[in-house]
Amino acid sequence: MASYKELPRTAQIRLVSSHQEVYEPCDDSFALVDALLADRNNLLEHHPTLCMEIGCGSGYVITSLALILGQEASGINYIATDINPHAVKVTRETLEAHGVGAELIVTDIASGLEERLTGLVDVMVVNPPYVPTPEDEVGVHGITSSWAGGENGRSVIDRILPVADRLLSEKGWLYMVTLTANNPSEICNQMRKKGYASKIVVQRSTEEESLHIIKFWRDLDKEVNESDQSASGFIGSLFALGPLLSYWRGTTSKQKQQK
Amino acid sequence: MRLLTHNMLSSNIKGVVNGFPLRIEAEKVVEKTVEMNGEFLKKMFEKIDWKAFVDASWAMGYTELPEEADSSMLDSDEFLNRFHHALLELHLEEGALVCPETGRRFPVNKGIPNMLLHEDEV
Repeated sequence: MASYKELPRTAQIRLVSSHQEVYEPCDDSFALVDALLADRNNLLEHHPTLCMEIGCGSGYVITSLALILGQEASGINYIATDINPHAVKVTRETLEAHGVGAELIVTDIASGLEERLTGLVDVMVVNPPYVPTPEDEVGVHGITSSWAGGENGRSVIDRILPVADRLLSEKGWLYMVTLTANNPSEICNQMRKKGYASKIVVQRSTEEESLHIIKFWRDLDKEVNESDQSASGFIGSLFALGPLLSYWRGTTSKQKQQK
Repeated sequence: MRLLTHNMLSSNIKGVVNGFPLRIEAEKVVEKTVEMNGEFLKKMFEKIDWKAFVDASWAMGYTELPEEADSSMLDSDEFLNRFHHALLELHLEEGALVCPETGRRFPVNKGIPNMLLHEDEV
């Protein structure tokens, strides 16, 4: 069994369920799972107890995370939420097709969990609705909720970040997808004020979009603190080019599924 | 929905002060066997609200948990087995979670609680 365990498995596209109102796995989903794979050894050494995904969509990411890290025997429990009931149903089907499980809740971000789940989440993954859109498209039902991000694509991201800060444990890690138009360096600075260091785990540019998967962790140790100051500067310079347009209307992988 | 999740959920209706624990209305409970991990149980024991957990297990038809528990009981295999079973192996498949303050019912279908609020509840 040991050799089998050493092969990192992720969700298989042919086993991912679908629905016309649910976002299908796309470049951003793949980039997030690639980031989790790239950080797999660290994640395994991290020994998380509770892992959570906010906005689980098709279930591709939470299923992959469960396959990468293991289930109950490994002492890990998974929770996933989505505001779209169709998405949660599809996630359930995708998990079942891969023989893994997660606790699923239809809710807005983590509403209902914020009191009792405070400080308990060791790993959180988020592929937020990051596409810049008019504000009135934010919070619309169905598949729109998977991509409509309001001004600079930040409306939902800026609501998720304080919730993540609240739910993450002392050793908690957050992996989040951002688009250049979201001004990721500003997000990192904002999180630094809450005491988080950050680094880019995966960067991927296509003709359509430039994606960064950023990892955030609480910066408790002073030595880590100093080296991360430079890491933070590094991120700043990487992001220095963007956003060139604060209201960027390019096509993104999320918008491709827009009807 | 496992009782672990139930223990982490509160009523999220605007203005509700005591939204925990949600009362369980069980129409269908299913059991799914999973491997036990003692370390996980020990970590979660510290986080669980025991009274809410015991009441929830009764609502699910499982009556083997002691009404009170302390960490010394984690040395007992019999206790760990019961804790594991109630925490991770019992699933509320169909039913509802009821806000203790307002009586508002949050439906649970196919094991998934729906905590979405109406506009006048946000």
